[in-house]
Amino acid sequence: MNHPTEEQFVLYYYGDSNQGAAGIEDHIHDCEPCRASYQALQRVLNSVDSFPVPERAPDYENRVWAAIEGRIEKRRRWWSFGWRQALAAAAMAVLLVGAFLAGRAWQKPAPRQMAAVDGGVRERLLLVAVGDHLERSEMVLVELANAGAPAGGRLDISYEQKTAEDLLESNRLYRQTAATNGDVAAAALLEELERVLLEIAHSPSEVSARQLEELRKQIEDRGILFKVKIFGSQVEQSAGNSTSL
Amino acid sequence: MEDSDSVAVARVKAGDGDAYRALVDRHSRSVFRLAYRMTGNEQDAEDVVQETFLRAYRQLHRYEARASFGTWLYRIASNYSLDLVRSKKRHPQAAFDESPAPGEDATNAIHSVASEAPGPDRLLFGDEVQRTVASTLDTLSQQERTAFVLRHFEGQSIEEIGTSLGLSGNATKHSIFRAVQKLRRALEPLVNSAGVS
Repeated sequence: MNHPTEEQFVLYYYGDSNQGAAGIEDHIHDCEPCRASYQALQRVLNSVDSFPVPERAPDYENRVWAAIEGRIEKRRRWWSFGWRQALAAAAMAVLLVGAFLAGRAWQKPAPRQMAAVDGGVRERLLLVAVGDHLERSEMVLVELANAGAPAGGRLDISYEQKTAEDLLESNRLYRQTAATNGDVAAAALLEELERVLLEIAHSPSEVSARQLEELRKQIEDRGILFKVKIFGSQVEQSAGNSTSL
Repeated sequence: MEDSDSVAVARVKAGDGDAYRALVDRHSRSVFRLAYRMTGNEQDAEDVVQETFLRAYRQLHRYEARASFGTWLYRIASNYSLDLVRSKKRHPQAAFDESPAPGEDATNAIHSVASEAPGPDRLLFGDEVQRTVASTLDTLSQQERTAFVLRHFEGQSIEEIGTSLGLSGNATKHSIFRAVQKLRRALEPLVNSAGVS
């Protein structure tokens, strides 16, 4: 056997030589310079193990859980809630909001059934509904933006696609409400989000690496994920403020 | 461990969100170690841990138990670490939260934790090796660093690493090889001079 290359030694060290391992082993045994070279490689790679990782506190797991529990709780509510109920709630919220905004804009008396609902409560309902809408949209975008390379060449995105379809309807309602209310920035953001959701909803349920890359590029080029995140936190903050009213 | 992970995952999928806590308890520290080796920064590694568990929770419907839960989780962690490091490269002003004091070596400041190692001579040598490892890892491309960390520290297979990075087997091997070459160039004189076996 010829002297193994440095790359072959590295593969051998990590056990990745496959069928060549026995040949390399014999060679190292018989050839003094190669044995010295391999031992030098071993010393270097063994010394890399000394790379320190800072120790975590004994209650580290509790701290991680405390940091994520609230966000998981929110997501869990959606799981147990169900899509149909979620859509119905979103539509209801839009109706309430529409009535609220219309009442505010034109100073008309609210319908009788709405009169019983306090204005603060209605506003909070809207903010919670929009906040949840943005959070679900963000999840779809994050999942696509971070999906691993497709196994077997294609990635199943049917879940994201179905979610995007569901979100489209409520997105249109919120966009129209924002436009009616003269909230130009919110309407523009929701319009951008709608385009991306539409793109996802119209994609095939299984995408190739190239198609996934195109979707990712759309998400990245528009900076939509960042915008949705910022808008979502603003809405969440407003909802929190309105609770304390 | 894998069996109990599968049970916990099944319970979470069935709507028992509290079962997720068991997975967080089991994997937080190892995800932190991976994230720290990938990012070289404690605060970033903390962010990676939290974001990894949130993303895993959101994507749990996609997890099909073909790989172990841990492997799947580490893939999410390594992908997010990569995203984080890339985005910090685009915004270099936020790249490191530790600012070395004037005259202080940056790698020394970042890895001052190494000073807890015992024995004066070994300590000096150990510190130097650790600093050299840390600073050489920082010079690797993100692809090289990720491939090397996953192979050397996490023991992932070439195929698993290739899947995470979207690389062919040969390209993955080559990334690991380049990383080893750079480490060897930086460390060999040091290690040889100390006669480490």
